[in-house]
Amino acid sequence: MTKISMTVDGVRYDDDVEPRTLLVHHLRERLGKIGTVVGCDTSNCGSCTVLLAGKSVKSCTVLAAQADGMDVTTVEGLSTPGGALHPVQQSFHETHALQCGFCTPGMIMAAVDLLNENPDPSDEEIREGLEGNLCRCTGYQNIVRAVQHAASTMRTDVPTTPETAQQSQPAQPGASQEVTT
Amino acid sequence: MTVTEPHAGAEVGRDRRRKEDARLITGRTLWTENISLPGMLHLAILRSPMAHARITHVDVAPARHLPGAIDAFSGQDIADIQGTLACAWPVTEDTVVPDYPPLAVDEVRHTGEPVAVVAARDRASALDALEAIEIDYEPLPVVLDMEAALADDAPLVHEAKGTNKSYTWIFDSAEAGTGESVTHAESEAELVINRRYVQQRLIPAFMEPRGVVVDPTGEQITMWSATQIPHILRLMLAMCTGVAEHKIRVIAPDVGGGFGGKLQITPEEFIAFAAARRLGRPVKYVESRSESMLSAHHGRDQIQDITLSARRDGTVTGLSVKLLANMGAYLGIVTPGVPILGAFMFNAIYKIPAYRFECSGVFTNTTKTDAYRGAGRPEATYAIERIMDELANELGMDPIEVRRRNWINHDEFPFSTVAGLTYDSGNYEAATDKALGLLGYDELRREQQQRRDSGDPVQLGIGVSTYTEMCGLAPSRILGQLRYGAGGWENAAVRMLPTGKVEVVTGTSPHGQGHETAWSQIVADQLGVPFEDVEVLHGDTRTSHKGLDTYGSRSLAVGGIALVQACQKVVDKARPIAAHLLECDPADLEFAEGQYRIKGTPGTGKTLADCALAVFTSHEMPDGVEPTLDADATFDPDNFSFPHGTHLCAAEVDTETGHVRIRKYVAVDDVGRVVNPMIVEGQVHGGIAQGMAQALFEGAVYDADGNLLTGTFVDYTVPSSADLPEFVTDRTETPAPGHPLGAKGVGEAGTIASTPAVVNAVVDALRPLGVSDVQMPCTPERVWQAIRSATDGGERS
Ligand code: FES
Ligand code: FES
Repeated sequence: MTKISMTVDGVRYDDDVEPRTLLVHHLRERLGKIGTVVGCDTSNCGSCTVLLAGKSVKSCTVLAAQADGMDVTTVEGLSTPGGALHPVQQSFHETHALQCGFCTPGMIMAAVDLLNENPDPSDEEIREGLEGNLCRCTGYQNIVRAVQHAASTMRTDVPTTPETAQQSQPAQPGASQEVTT
Repeated sequence: MTVTEPHAGAEVGRDRRRKEDARLITGRTLWTENISLPGMLHLAILRSPMAHARITHVDVAPARHLPGAIDAFSGQDIADIQGTLACAWPVTEDTVVPDYPPLAVDEVRHTGEPVAVVAARDRASALDALEAIEIDYEPLPVVLDMEAALADDAPLVHEAKGTNKSYTWIFDSAEAGTGESVTHAESEAELVINRRYVQQRLIPAFMEPRGVVVDPTGEQITMWSATQIPHILRLMLAMCTGVAEHKIRVIAPDVGGGFGGKLQITPEEFIAFAAARRLGRPVKYVESRSESMLSAHHGRDQIQDITLSARRDGTVTGLSVKLLANMGAYLGIVTPGVPILGAFMFNAIYKIPAYRFECSGVFTNTTKTDAYRGAGRPEATYAIERIMDELANELGMDPIEVRRRNWINHDEFPFSTVAGLTYDSGNYEAATDKALGLLGYDELRREQQQRRDSGDPVQLGIGVSTYTEMCGLAPSRILGQLRYGAGGWENAAVRMLPTGKVEVVTGTSPHGQGHETAWSQIVADQLGVPFEDVEVLHGDTRTSHKGLDTYGSRSLAVGGIALVQACQKVVDKARPIAAHLLECDPADLEFAEGQYRIKGTPGTGKTLADCALAVFTSHEMPDGVEPTLDADATFDPDNFSFPHGTHLCAAEVDTETGHVRIRKYVAVDDVGRVVNPMIVEGQVHGGIAQGMAQALFEGAVYDADGNLLTGTFVDYTVPSSADLPEFVTDRTETPAPGHPLGAKGVGEAGTIASTPAVVNAVVDALRPLGVSDVQMPCTPERVWQAIRSATDGGERS
């Protein structure tokens, strides 16, 4: 057993873990962060992507012990229940960038990192940047659109879809509308 | 049935953002893997490393004593409760249906077949304990190739059956009375073209691995499963294990993709069911990706020998198809039926006067095949669309022109085809013309000629694919004639709550298609309630007790009609209540946009919500009024629906490296009236991606011993965002005459159309080099080899 301490979605957790425990299993099974999912056993699908110290990683390739002392953000930490969605989450919704939604948390986390690195990516840069995240449902076209749309939202801090533009209120970063259901 | 025209302000036809998204983008999704119950044990499954072997010895005892392990068992240990997996579609009277124990008892017939199970307190311990199980195999001869399997001295997959042939199914238009004799057509023809096309084996590769949780501790045994078919699964569990049906509840929570790959009753579900009963406590099994690739069913895998006869003016006079279909080692729920669905689609959109189809289902020591997106129809469309291009090439005719000469014109519907179907409606001209315009066809043909003339190392090819498909798998009567073991009806229930909000229960079982949104749009229009006031419930046999689930684009095409009918019943039921509230005769009322008004009298009337509250209190209701506002409808259509479309692909092929680059891809689909254009477009995108993946990237490969060489995402190329191009999509709308909304179904269209469009483009690019075929997937290596063997004057590949 190894003692580790990490801050996940803003909350600090101290745990004993077996050295072989993967970060994804620690997040899911010990911390209850079940928004992050496992889609493969070869680190190819990207379903398990989280931010580790602000950078996207496939949490099935990192040991929990390696994350000791670090900050982790999962999809559950991007927004608060009932609170504001992250612009990337909002864009995925607006542009229909998901169908079954299984790849979506990982895809969103990878997109957040991509936009942090490159706030104004070309379509090609988005396609290359998300190459490690597989989606079987969407054919990726709307995912590319979503990332473009999020990029423009985050650059201007003003929502730009026809629906949100009508409301003409400047949105704060991370303060987009909640999904209406 | 008359198609209702959309009214101003209608929800149907509108790009509504999906209700489903709220939980999916925030990680609050209920995947099967996320379910955890008190006292739950985790199962791990030991799988056969051999493709064919006798199990000579099993000892699970050492596994039981390892830390965390609670139980371990083999097929022998649960023989009395595990039941047997069933095939629901023996296509002929004498179809050979082998026994199919969920956990192998004395013999294994493909690699990955489950042989023993450990139940432990956590997954890691269960996996560790698997290694302690002792098991000995005596290898038996392996047969993998379909033609080899049919040889007289072939090793037998099921010794006791004495044959590797499951069935032979024949359709002949002369005998069926739907057309002329193919033999005659071929003897009279000015041109006869023979081709062999191979449909490589594909792995559905839904992103969420299959998982199952079983809780035996309640009044009912509850199973959560990542399945497309909770209703069928419950029925099969009852029929195949002997547990009473009303004592079983199946729930499909959020399901992460299916594509036919979760249209199955799986050994793992049966094993978990048996384990939970044996242990008396909840169990969970979630497969790894490698297990999924190895043992969840595969798709396609056919050898198609196709003969087209024609006149020199381009008129097709006859079509005959001989098919070998790989069943794998066992028959899954619809394994034998998949190629038979294709039988009805080889003639595609063409007025072919003579047709013969013969299919043999063959057992091999491979994972079973079964439905995969399109199930039989993509295979059929591929063959006919490839050979139509060969015909065009032989005649020196434009491939579009060849199609125009043969297709059914829009004024000829309904049209009875040589395969015995009646196509409801269509307009192939409109879709094709629109697609040609979007692609810039003529201009690209000019560029193609320039590249050919200049001997450009990068050649341009244009691929055409026109298609129709039979959607909305239903008419129960026809399914019965085809010996399918279930009906094709669908159910919907609509419940007005006292406050006027609406709960809708559907028998369909979505896994990414957005039914919660589309169904809400339909109900909002039918009942005149806000979209937000509708909640759609599905995928639980307790709340949704009647249904036949989601596959074959049947949900909207069949389930959508049941939904409209249930809404209409609610409207009818509320009429006397509204009349009572308005103190008038029910016959004097009209219902529009959610309000009953006295005919010819402007002003406010009574809404359904008013009626719902009035009937809930029921303080004063006329005699005979049932104090609820809900209704249930079950619908069985009298025909399939037939979406269609034209896809065009422009591809650049580097003749020096064999690399294919999709330059432009255009899809014009006609799926009838559209409920939510945004969702339809998304379905088309995903469908094209999967069809393109078959054309260019994917293929399951076994080695000579029957080991799957493409058992992970490292070896099996599911395309990534960097591998796929942008798609240009558009629509024409020819309403389905048999549907109150005019809808036809869209789930499979993209997959059916795109595979031949892409391969036709690749071959078209290479024609000047003498290439007439490239086998799928058209990887750079395959393309390069095809070029080389053509230019060397050797065998064409
Ligand atoms: S689960 Fe981590 S990459 Fe697939
Ligand atoms: S939305 Fe289903 S895998 Fe991406």
